[in-house]
Amino acid sequence: MSLAANPRQFVIRLIFISIAVVMLIRLFFLQVVEDKYKVMANDIAILRKVVYPPRGAIMDRKGRPMLYNVKVYDLMVTPRNVTRQLDTNALCQALRIDIPTFEKLLNKTRIKNGPMRKGVFMEELTPEQTARFQENIYLFPGFEMAERFTRTYPNASAALILGYIGEVSPEMLKKEQYASYLQGDYTGMNGLERSYEDVLRGQRGVHFLERDNFNRPREPYRGGALDTPEIAGRSLELYLDAELQEYAEKLMVNKLGSVVAIDPSTGGILAMVSAPSYDPNLLKGRDRARNYSKLYSDATKPLLNRATQASYQPGSTMKPMTALIALDVGAITPSFGYPCAGGYYACGRRIGCTHSGGGHAANLRVALANSCNSYFVHIFRLIADARKFGNVKKGVQAWANYGKSFSFGEKTGVDIPFEGKGLLPDSNTYNKMYNGSWNSCTMLFVGMGQGEVALTPIQLANAMCIIANKGFYYKPHFVKSIGGNTKDPVLKPYLEKHVVTHIPDSTFDIVARGMQDVVERGTGTVARMDGIEICAKTGTVENKAVVNGQAMKMKDHSVFVAFAPRVNPKIAIAVIVENAGYGATWAGPVASLMIEKYLLDSVSAKRKPLEQKLYNANLVNRYIYAIDSAQRLRDQARMERRTRLRLAEDSAGRVQDTIKAKRFLRRYYTNKNRE
Amino acid sequence: MSATSKSIFSRLDGVTLLLYILLVLIGLTAVFSVEYRSTDPSIFMMNKSHMRQFIWLCISVFVGLLIIFTDSKFFSSFAYLSYTIGLFLLLITIFAGVDVKGSHSWLGVGSVRFQPGEVCKIFTSLALSKFLSSPETNFSTLKHRIIGAALALGPAVLIILQKETGLALVYFCFFLVMYREGLPNIILIIGFSMVALTLATLLVDRWILFGVITALTIGGGYLIRRELKRNIVARIIIVGVWLFCILFSQVLVPFAFKHVLQKHQVERIYSTLGQDVPQAYQRETQKGEIKKGNVSDYNVKQSKIAIGSGGFWGKGFLNGTSTKNAFVPEQNTDFIFCAIGEQFGFFGSAILIIIYVSLMLRILFLAERQRSAFSRIYGYCVASILFFHFAINISMTIGLAPVIGITLPFLSYGGSSLLSFSILIFILLRLDSDRQVMIR
Repeated sequence: MSLAANPRQFVIRLIFISIAVVMLIRLFFLQVVEDKYKVMANDIAILRKVVYPPRGAIMDRKGRPMLYNVKVYDLMVTPRNVTRQLDTNALCQALRIDIPTFEKLLNKTRIKNGPMRKGVFMEELTPEQTARFQENIYLFPGFEMAERFTRTYPNASAALILGYIGEVSPEMLKKEQYASYLQGDYTGMNGLERSYEDVLRGQRGVHFLERDNFNRPREPYRGGALDTPEIAGRSLELYLDAELQEYAEKLMVNKLGSVVAIDPSTGGILAMVSAPSYDPNLLKGRDRARNYSKLYSDATKPLLNRATQASYQPGSTMKPMTALIALDVGAITPSFGYPCAGGYYACGRRIGCTHSGGGHAANLRVALANSCNSYFVHIFRLIADARKFGNVKKGVQAWANYGKSFSFGEKTGVDIPFEGKGLLPDSNTYNKMYNGSWNSCTMLFVGMGQGEVALTPIQLANAMCIIANKGFYYKPHFVKSIGGNTKDPVLKPYLEKHVVTHIPDSTFDIVARGMQDVVERGTGTVARMDGIEICAKTGTVENKAVVNGQAMKMKDHSVFVAFAPRVNPKIAIAVIVENAGYGATWAGPVASLMIEKYLLDSVSAKRKPLEQKLYNANLVNRYIYAIDSAQRLRDQARMERRTRLRLAEDSAGRVQDTIKAKRFLRRYYTNKNRE
Repeated sequence: MSATSKSIFSRLDGVTLLLYILLVLIGLTAVFSVEYRSTDPSIFMMNKSHMRQFIWLCISVFVGLLIIFTDSKFFSSFAYLSYTIGLFLLLITIFAGVDVKGSHSWLGVGSVRFQPGEVCKIFTSLALSKFLSSPETNFSTLKHRIIGAALALGPAVLIILQKETGLALVYFCFFLVMYREGLPNIILIIGFSMVALTLATLLVDRWILFGVITALTIGGGYLIRRELKRNIVARIIIVGVWLFCILFSQVLVPFAFKHVLQKHQVERIYSTLGQDVPQAYQRETQKGEIKKGNVSDYNVKQSKIAIGSGGFWGKGFLNGTSTKNAFVPEQNTDFIFCAIGEQFGFFGSAILIIIYVSLMLRILFLAERQRSAFSRIYGYCVASILFFHFAINISMTIGLAPVIGITLPFLSYGGSSLLSFSILIFILLRLDSDRQVMIR
């Protein structure tokens, strides 16, 4: 048969070829023109796995761990792999659960992750459960252990300093600083965990894995070429002395108040207590939310860091600073004396002084030792009215500027968050208060630490550093080095020396000796100990509170500031015990015992009774519960009012919306019908 | 030099053999790539498909050698007997078959399973060739045409009874052979029209379609109005065609979709058309049956994702994320083309399609150069079967045709498929080596 004779073979060939061409065109569109399939393929087959590096640890000054990661085991299960061979009884026994609980947990995992994927069956097994489970692991097909790290605090102390981590909230995720976080990530919520978040956190790694049709991860995508490795968080070494910290917390048990101890030569914080304190381990793991609300609703406010957030009138502890300013301004010389006869009458009213003996304010040193009120309100007036400032407003402003340079009325810049500013009045404050007409008599109380001035304990301790250092300070801070590097850029602000006065060292010596006299033969003899020259100042601060709707005079705050030894000081300390009485009674012993503990490493047997007395004292004022519950009632009422208002607004808004929608629809349909 | 004096191997058609070997090797590679895991200790793992496929390849080559050493006349004389055996096997399968994935088309002999429906294609090809080439057959008579169609479709009926509709459809490819041997053009036209009408029925509202058909008939009648006035036969024909079209679109197709086709088949057809199954054709789901999404829709979607994500050059050998991680169901058998499309992209797919078309055209070329009609018709049978498998399989993976469970020749994993296609090719090669000999 010739080719020409049968055209049908060509028809068949044509059919073959045309079908192939149709296929090629279709393939071209599918593979080359369309891009969506590439995206879809990556979506279904590539698992982006974020790998979290271990968070950095925190050590104290001697390298003792204060916060680190500990391995815990979660029990994982792949529901599909749980076969009939599973010895349910043995498993339940190992985990100490009953069979209905087992069924419930298994179902929960199945619903959450599907039967093919591994899911958490039980979180954080106890060591006992772990041991019993692993003994018989061959009996439990489908179950396995997965290790995980959690933060743990080996000493139940320094809770507010170390802080804790928690899941980032949706509100936080909206902020720019949390741009690199994903929902479910953890971040530091308080303390060092928060302020050194970037250092501790390290860098997350991203691994791309292929997954199969059951969503099980398989091998690395493209051999891991696109992965970014995770970088472990760096550890922090603190100036904090774990032992001293624990000791201080023990001394402050059953008291309200705070202790701040700083090494003046570096600004490094040796101990910081806000009493009452709590066990930081409460705020980790499964029970965090419950414990948090319990602490939050406690009347003694353990979550408030009194050392940095609460401010108190400094009382007599302000006097050394007033003296420093007066000296630096040139208003007085160390030999300046004031003839106090038991009171100060220059401003037309009496300001009492506890001493009346002649010569108890014969010069600065004596006046300091005797804490003469007249002397210090007088020298405050001398500062304010100093001729070189021209007028009292400029004088008070100059005084306030000194205060600011001492970081009064401002944040000290300590490296834990939520620091308070305290209060420092300047000429503006008084202009507002007295409508511009005032003189140095109006606010002479601030010279002796009463009136409009209020300092946080850390500001007080920092002021002690200035005296100890003879005129300069470093910003108080906790972290000595990051990953062993003391010069890390993060720490730069803390390496800068702040010089605040230009008084000769010899004059400083007089102030220091005056403060030493306080301990040797003045108001603070309780702090005296053999072999160490302690310089200190007591303070007893009047304060008021609102109880049952009326202002009520509360028991005085007991305040004590000190540094030691006088020559080459190693520790500066500020102690406040709220509503406890005289400065020398409660705050003094705490400061003194801590100095002894820090400088000599132990407390001498002679002072054990003092220590014991502090351990046993319960100085929490019963009024605070009444104050707290009244405050809570007010808060609740305000909350309810606000909610009611919002609800009313909402329903009004809804009504308006309905009206709008109706109007819109009516217009829409009328237009439509018209068309 | 006479043809017979040369060695039998040198008389085999080298091009066909080369294309065959190419396809088989591509198939092995594809099957290997789909199941490969980077954790595999060795590539020679007997529990993996590619090694089993390799064994089947060895068996195929061995059978091929047997065929080559067989006298070429044997095939024509064996044709009817083999066809009878084939029908008998199919009949047995209906009763003694093993259930595999819902179909009942497998015969189990020990641990080895095979599909008589696959092998029967060979026997049917031989029988049809024998019948059409026999001097007693006059294919221009209706009787012989009906016999020819019955020969081709007999096995199909038995296979439908085994619930393996896809495989049965393959037997319709013999109409292409019969067309070559003189089936009137009108059959082909009617066939295409029916397909078009079916599609129109599914896509267009029935009353609109009724109107369109009627309008077309009236329009056509107006064009040939003189003929209609003169000729009563023409009038009968035009009314008959109209009546048939209406019946077909209004009654027959809905009936078939409601009562003949199975649920999954209806779903597959509609999913290819890109539409949801209409309310009227939806079967009531049995009690306790969970209503799932359209399963075949899922297959095609995954298959399109795999192929589409290949891009122009592909993701590279063993880098196919979709196929390697088993997102495409049946990816080493019916959907093996995804492996090629994903890993080698448009470039690789085009080369594969060109290889297939070359093979089919080469077979047609071989067929046309045969002296004996038996060999020629057999060649057409082979080409048609290959074409049907190739066209349907690739079309369904790229969403051009409904999902019909038939294999991609030489590439899909599966012993029956590889062996039967190899036998088809080797018989053709054997016949071609004796193309000067008249075989009856």
